[in-house]
Amino acid sequence: MSIENNVLVKLNNVGLKQNQKWLVQGVSLQVEKGKIVTLIGPNGSGKSTTAKIALGFYKNIEGNVEKYTSNIGYVPQKISIDWTLPLRVNDLMLLTENLSDEVINESLTLTGVKHLKDKSLANLSGGEFQRVLLARAISKKPDLLVLDEPVQGVDFTGEIELYELIKELSLKLNCGILLISHDLHTVMSATDHVVCLNGHVCCCGSPSEVAKNSEYKALFGEQASQTLAIYEHKHDHVHTTDGEIKKK
Amino acid sequence: MLDDFFIRALVAGIGIAFVAGPLGCFVVWRRLSYFGDTLAHSALLGVTIAYSLEFSIAVSIFLISSVIALILIQLQRKTNLPSDALLGLLAHSSLAVGLVVIGFLTFIRFDIMGLLFGDILAVNKKDLFIIWFGGALILITLKIIWKPLFASTVNYELAEAEGLNPDRAKAVFTVLLAAIIAISIKLVGVLLITGMLIIPTAMARNLSDNPQKMVIFSIIGGLLSVFIGLFSSLEFNTPSGPSIIAAALVLFIFSLLKVKQTIQLKN
Repeated sequence: MSIENNVLVKLNNVGLKQNQKWLVQGVSLQVEKGKIVTLIGPNGSGKSTTAKIALGFYKNIEGNVEKYTSNIGYVPQKISIDWTLPLRVNDLMLLTENLSDEVINESLTLTGVKHLKDKSLANLSGGEFQRVLLARAISKKPDLLVLDEPVQGVDFTGEIELYELIKELSLKLNCGILLISHDLHTVMSATDHVVCLNGHVCCCGSPSEVAKNSEYKALFGEQASQTLAIYEHKHDHVHTTDGEIKKK
Repeated sequence: MLDDFFIRALVAGIGIAFVAGPLGCFVVWRRLSYFGDTLAHSALLGVTIAYSLEFSIAVSIFLISSVIALILIQLQRKTNLPSDALLGLLAHSSLAVGLVVIGFLTFIRFDIMGLLFGDILAVNKKDLFIIWFGGALILITLKIIWKPLFASTVNYELAEAEGLNPDRAKAVFTVLLAAIIAISIKLVGVLLITGMLIIPTAMARNLSDNPQKMVIFSIIGGLLSVFIGLFSSLEFNTPSGPSIIAAALVLFIFSLLKVKQTIQLKN
């Protein structure tokens, strides 16, 4: 039934308790095909936990998760590659799926890091690494993308570019995206639904609705609601990651 | 040809090197060297049980090592002690208990030095069969769990999120570690098996920029160590285990030259 409604994953009043402490409680949300749902909230508000519940990491949760796809691409919040494990970008691309060279090139080109294919991961910058992780997550054409702070370590212009790329990808792949925003000020225009968490769902709705919500204001302050920026701007050029400037 | 003890030792060593290379890579990548050591120490207890019950040594070691691995997992869950303390506890207590039991079994003559450090004369035709047949099984199993094991070594959550079942792969890998210890104890000895897993791999790390290369180089490193070690063991009448490990160390030191060169090139 839910396939027809395009629902990919649905959380029904879920919660997780660890060591007698609720990490999150009473969260309901759903991600549909072609839609972007963004989770925002302060540190420790349960954003990552909620994403992991959606992915099915925890067995002893309250409430239930309905999952209608197993084809999932994931960009975890923290990933540190040990120096003892020599790994090139190409090896990372093949980590969970056997992909053809063509598909790998295509994904890396989409995120603008094709020139790094044979580079060692140890030599990448933070921003390059995030782009590679994103390329890896989209390479198997997932139905659902779960991105846990995908723009961390990326500079401001790169951040906007990456958000625009994510928006493009959701259209191109027609996948649902569950995005955890790195900072609450930059919830992009492409987001269809914002869920503001603080241990529970403090408010949710479209970006502009959430910005006006009084609970959101109480949580992040009056100023935050003004700076909840909705990016609708035009560039006449783009910076590729290998340092070139391209006219649009 | 297999009637010559030296040829038998060589054939055994070659088989062990092929298995130790890829397993050793995972031991290094997953930081399990002390865990491997603990399993190896418990192997002595397995040997004593095998002797007193007149049971196959390899099977007995394999079972005891697996039991020790299970006990470790239980202790990690139920106590507040850090993993390295638990590993030390199990390693030394099982080695001690093994040696105490040997003391009681006065009716059997043990070559303790041989058990601890390997014995070039000890490998018989049946051992060769166990090493090559068991080794092939280990490699085939490793090939099957390679993808989930490798993915979860890079990032556990990623592997789990994308449906690869990393916990099962980890459990199977633990069994494989117990198995390689069981098949290589006669040639390398209880105290030095982990060296066979780690030192050629450490050498390979210095020479590789991707995981496949590292696996291949650690197999080559293991083979060279076996050849050099066994020939010098024959020549100088030294125990086989230490000779192989010492040869591996020399190779590792040579590999450091390559690292130095790369660092200079970078500058």
